[in-house]
Amino acid sequence: MGFDKETTLWLSGNEAIALGAWEAGVRVASGYPGTPSTEIMGNLSRYEGVYTEWAPNEKVGLEVAIGASFAGARALATMKHVGLNVAADPLFTAAYTGVRGGLVILNADDPQMHSSQNEQDNRNYAFAAKLPLLEPSDPAEAKRMMGLAYTLSEQLDVPVIIRITTRIAHVKGVVEKGSRCETPEPSIEKMPAKLVMLPGNARVRRVAVEKRMQATRELAETLPENRIEPGSGKRGFITSGVPYNYVKEAFPEAPVLKLGMVWPLPEKMIRAFAATVEELIVVEELDPFIETHLKAMGIACRGKDLIPNQGELNSFIVRKAIAPETVGAVFDPLELPMRPPNMCAGCPHRGLFYGLSRMKDVFVSGDIGCYTLGFLPPLSAMDACVCMGASITMAHGMAKALGKKGEGKIVAVLGDSTFMHSGITGLLNMVYNGTYASVIILDNRTTAMTGHQDNPASGRSILGDPAPALNLEGLCRALGVKRVAVVNPHDIDATRKVLKEEIEAPEPSVIISRAPCVLLPEEAKREKPVYFTNLDNCTGCSLCVQMGCPAISWTPLTPEEAVARGYREKQKGFARIAEVQCNGCGQCACVCKFDAITKKEAK
Amino acid sequence: MKQSGNILFSGVGGQGILLASELTAYAQLAAGFDVKKSEVHGMAQRGGSVEAHLRYGEKVYSPLIELGAADILVAFEILEAVRYLPYLHRDSAVVVNTQKILPPAVALGKAQYPENILDELKARHINVVAIDAFAVAESVGELRTANVAMVGAMSNFLAVGPEIFLQVIDNTVKPSFREVNKKAFAAGRAAVHA
Repeated sequence: MGFDKETTLWLSGNEAIALGAWEAGVRVASGYPGTPSTEIMGNLSRYEGVYTEWAPNEKVGLEVAIGASFAGARALATMKHVGLNVAADPLFTAAYTGVRGGLVILNADDPQMHSSQNEQDNRNYAFAAKLPLLEPSDPAEAKRMMGLAYTLSEQLDVPVIIRITTRIAHVKGVVEKGSRCETPEPSIEKMPAKLVMLPGNARVRRVAVEKRMQATRELAETLPENRIEPGSGKRGFITSGVPYNYVKEAFPEAPVLKLGMVWPLPEKMIRAFAATVEELIVVEELDPFIETHLKAMGIACRGKDLIPNQGELNSFIVRKAIAPETVGAVFDPLELPMRPPNMCAGCPHRGLFYGLSRMKDVFVSGDIGCYTLGFLPPLSAMDACVCMGASITMAHGMAKALGKKGEGKIVAVLGDSTFMHSGITGLLNMVYNGTYASVIILDNRTTAMTGHQDNPASGRSILGDPAPALNLEGLCRALGVKRVAVVNPHDIDATRKVLKEEIEAPEPSVIISRAPCVLLPEEAKREKPVYFTNLDNCTGCSLCVQMGCPAISWTPLTPEEAVARGYREKQKGFARIAEVQCNGCGQCACVCKFDAITKKEAK
Repeated sequence: MKQSGNILFSGVGGQGILLASELTAYAQLAAGFDVKKSEVHGMAQRGGSVEAHLRYGEKVYSPLIELGAADILVAFEILEAVRYLPYLHRDSAVVVNTQKILPPAVALGKAQYPENILDELKARHINVVAIDAFAVAESVGELRTANVAMVGAMSNFLAVGPEIFLQVIDNTVKPSFREVNKKAFAAGRAAVHA
């Protein structure tokens, strides 16, 4: 297979999906950033003729796409797997209304939780919401399936889910170029019996949903993306998505039924294939989705009794699970110091979490973002993290459960983007129902974790154009919060003072911790001071080391070495700043009481 | 010419692994191979261990290298070379940058950076080529080309000729950095024979 620049491109799955959406004639696309889905929207925003936006959350994004579809435009909503939980409300009823313009929900699962808080298998949503689901196995297929999804969506009058995983989104491969197809101009067309879902209409649409599922089942039997690849041997495989590749690598000679459409399943095709093999094995990542439905059909097969139902698969795991005798020995891993992710040098979150780390009695109800890393030692300043926005609501629930005992001990921490995503209603609840818990909004002016997407408070649209910037203080006051404080988290002492006052206050209180993410391009360019360690003054107190900044390291000393360096004999070591890594936040200089950390010229 | 192979890139977030693996992928594509490459984004990039898997051949299905199947490991940091030992086999070549980046537990004084840890690879008869990629990059006058110097060093173990890599640099690197990156590639390639 050659790489011809005229006809092919080298693209990641996310880039290929963006191209596929553009080629399919998508006019409106909305999404919320979430690894591994984020780059789809970023890439799509660069194409002409497509309106793209960052929505505050996935429910908003899907509803925007539904509206565009109702106006007759091909529309796309993108999200990571947990985002579909947020968007599940519109999803289930959009299954009833169906579409005007084609509607695709691009859902990215994250097996192995490379960057997620859970490992859910969203193929289950297709079953539960009665929607067709396509599953590509590489970037080239992902692009092709975008076109197919829009055709099916309009042909069957149904939103279509495309489920990808991390190993599609962030895998690069060779993809064929195409061209943008013509689609009808959007228009207003009233069809209330189809689009107004109140009981009388919904009961009628409920019947339509079942008819459509029947039609989709029949279509699945002849869909080219469901195909039997003949082979030799007694063992046959049914697989889909990325695991298809692992089956092909591990058992290249075996017959394979590759399912491009995973729901609904082509029952006749599966029965016909099953009849040709002696042993049928289903290879799928996460849940036994296909396997369970095969068993419900009464088709004998093996699956999760062999293949793990947790984590990512690969061809090694598949080979070892099915034919362990063919797997040779591999080197055992060595015990090495781990290298977990860490907040960056100069990260404003560190200053805030340093303050919280000194408040040992306070329960820190955390949230989803870079700042979840505040959990890690040495700061260890997060005590719970469940889902987007839950920091605030969990803090409220804890305060209600604890009553007086919890006063001055409950604080929620979440980022600006997370607050806008699903924290606002929680704060409203706190005010309405009363609390003594406090909320810290880490306002770093961006959605940092996923790679610096703009958001409703950043003052810029997805294209970088000026946009209204939400005034967080004003919003909190409008919700009824009387105590709203703003701190600069790089100023450690002032921040600690405000934290103490506000957390102890017996009424709802919001602290906005405001300083831009150090990785923002404008911050990276800004001239910043550099700090260095004045080693003569270092007493080895290790306070600066306890901040966990990657630019600061500890050198242990024996008593002899300490004396040789002119230190007291019992000084256990010294701290040193790696000046090339320093981003000049000055937090360490705030905590050093011995003038051992000094500002140097700007870099 | 070898008809298929697996190249694993490892290091610490921010070391330029993605560009290095990208140049290598383009070179293999230019040589007529099918290529797949897998990267990790998001949480894993915040100073944590990062890896990129590159597989090439007539037709590549899986984007992930199997344990025991990496023909070449390009490691941008010493610990991050040894961490991927289970991916190696006895005929693997490991091109490793002699840089040490302290993991958090070491920086905090709670653990030690293991001494002479590359000996663990050598003891298993793995071909270890250690180069000081920063010194190479410094010699061409641009520290930020250390990753391309690593690609140059690695290229000795591939059938794809250096001229293809140089052409790829011409096509993918922005004009102001092209020449210095080509120099870094050549110097990295020469550093292995030296």
